[in-house]
Amino acid sequence: MKVMNIIEAVNNALHLEMKRNDKVIVFGEDVGGFGGVFRATKDIQNTFGEARCFDTPIVEQGIIGFAMGLAMNGFKPCPEIQFADYIFPAYDQIVNEVAKSRFRSGNAFTCGMVIRTPYGGGIHGGCYHSQSPEAQFLHTPGIKVVIPSDPYEAKGLLLASLRTDDPIIFFEPKRIYRASKCEVPLGDYEIPLGQAHIAQTGKDLTLIGWGAQHHQNLEAAKQAKSLGIDVEVINLRTLNPLDIDTIITSLKKTGKCVVAQEAPKTMGFAAEISALIMEKAFLYLEAPVNRCAGFDTPFANAHEADYMTDAPRVIKAIKDTYDY
Amino acid sequence: MEFKIETISYLNENGEVNKGYKKTISDELLLKAYKIMQQTKRIDERMVTLQRQSVVNFAMPSRGEEASTVVSAAALKPQDWHFYQYREQGAIFMKGFTIQEFCDHMLLNINDTSKGRQMSNHFGKKELNAVTVSSTLGTQIPQAAGCAYAQKLRNEDAITMCYFAEGAASEGDFHAGLNMAAVTKSPVIFYCRNNHYQISTSNKNQFAGDGIAPRGIGYGIKTYRIDAMDAFAIYDTVQEAREYCRAGNGPVLIEAMAYRMGPHSTADDPSAYRTDEEVAKWAKKCPIERVKKYLIKNKLWSEKQDSELLEALAIEIEKCIDIAKKTPKPGIDSMFNEVYSDIPWNLQEQYEFLQEFKKEESN
Repeated sequence: MKVMNIIEAVNNALHLEMKRNDKVIVFGEDVGGFGGVFRATKDIQNTFGEARCFDTPIVEQGIIGFAMGLAMNGFKPCPEIQFADYIFPAYDQIVNEVAKSRFRSGNAFTCGMVIRTPYGGGIHGGCYHSQSPEAQFLHTPGIKVVIPSDPYEAKGLLLASLRTDDPIIFFEPKRIYRASKCEVPLGDYEIPLGQAHIAQTGKDLTLIGWGAQHHQNLEAAKQAKSLGIDVEVINLRTLNPLDIDTIITSLKKTGKCVVAQEAPKTMGFAAEISALIMEKAFLYLEAPVNRCAGFDTPFANAHEADYMTDAPRVIKAIKDTYDY
Repeated sequence: MEFKIETISYLNENGEVNKGYKKTISDELLLKAYKIMQQTKRIDERMVTLQRQSVVNFAMPSRGEEASTVVSAAALKPQDWHFYQYREQGAIFMKGFTIQEFCDHMLLNINDTSKGRQMSNHFGKKELNAVTVSSTLGTQIPQAAGCAYAQKLRNEDAITMCYFAEGAASEGDFHAGLNMAAVTKSPVIFYCRNNHYQISTSNKNQFAGDGIAPRGIGYGIKTYRIDAMDAFAIYDTVQEAREYCRAGNGPVLIEAMAYRMGPHSTADDPSAYRTDEEVAKWAKKCPIERVKKYLIKNKLWSEKQDSELLEALAIEIEKCIDIAKKTPKPGIDSMFNEVYSDIPWNLQEQYEFLQEFKKEESN
């Protein structure tokens, strides 16, 4: 075991998997000799050579298209998109090409790859270094979406993702890249995709989140305890496939639910979770499912603190729902 | 600035070659390519008719570009990969896709390689290294670069052939793909079928420069422009390009000049945007006729053999269409499986819902 931050855990997972599987190829903008703007690919090129870890031109659709060609021809690409805000030039390649390749080719040309990309607000990134675009990809059949919340999850989920024969977008919570630290096993381990983690059990209310938000949720749950509200905190880890059973089992116990997400409220993943709870556990509900979400605005730098769904906003949502 | 890239041409409309030109394609391969060109032409004609009869939903004939697709593929090796735009049925036939496989795909039956999930004319086959077509334009270009990089990493005797048309070269993915291939020195031939039309839009509204070829030079890529209604110019250039790629020199761009004699697809009516005179002018350059004239002049073929070939093709194609018609359509399970490597709970739920719904409906 070693105390690592998320960057170190991602880097450690990449080293392990590239050593184990010579088909893994890492590339993207500045990921080569420099090791990435967040240093997640530090020393990968030194260790594995330029052929397996290299800088690309600044062309996201080129990076993902290139990854697809590699994947179809037997490799396991792990491209980096420098910021999730810059994934959109590659949107067509991801949504129309990578996601549909298995289906349209009758299972012949599969595209197992892991697209790593840092997402989320809280670093004074303004409109273009702050977004949480996970919902845009959750609306695309064929793509799996994984979001770790700490170094232990980052390593275990990344290793599991790199061993899955599906295209995966691996959103990394850049706000807590270095702030989140925990003990991480040095050896090989996987955290299975599609399984949520109950971070804290409780009987009064179910609080659901993922990625950096999960830490705000834990903090809010702690404060709620002092108000006498016993919150069960679920950290999704994988958004697609969604661990619906864990959510529904918890909801049937608590009858109340808050889903907290950094992304804009309208059409966010919290809306989908809310709809699923109504479909599957309507008669257990004692209050409407409450979405504690980002506002339906672009991300305003000067008002970052007001935009973020941090613990105080989550506390309010918990109280409102509990007292409903 | 005036900038013009010359067009390579060896075989004229009368089936005569330039003085001093020695063909490199063997008689045997030329005859095989000729037969597949005739096969492509005949199947295209039949598919258009079948669309009018509502037997197939959609077809994209390749009249005028049979040499461009068939002969370019003839210059490659079986281990080479093909990426298509869609009008390259000639290339996949040359690679080994059978008439039956094509008919099964066009009629979207249970034997279709895409299991009835795509529009017709979106063929592909893993065993042939022939990547399944998607409708999106130009997306295959950076993919071909990545596929070629895989070949380079394995140091295989294999390259990637990437077909697309001149309109797709306006897409960002064209520039992305050429640049990625150039900087990674990947062994890929970007084969641009310039057929002068993008549905109804003509080249004058698609680009202002001297076609697509100069863009290759801009990316530091070896570039050719060929008369793609001339089988010999196609064969020699693609072969040379293959050797260049394989030797580790990086990608090649070939702008293959031809003319789309037919409609863009069965949903198109070219009389709305071009004249009969224009089409007639290009018809004289027919790529199949040129080869036929050459073969007959050089006593490699006869009119009698030609009629026998056309008759045999017609019979074979009708037989395959009949079988394709009688083959069942895919079941609804093919809508829910192979979206992922596994079937997640939500797809399972939706599949069960649809089965139940259909049962209720039929009662």
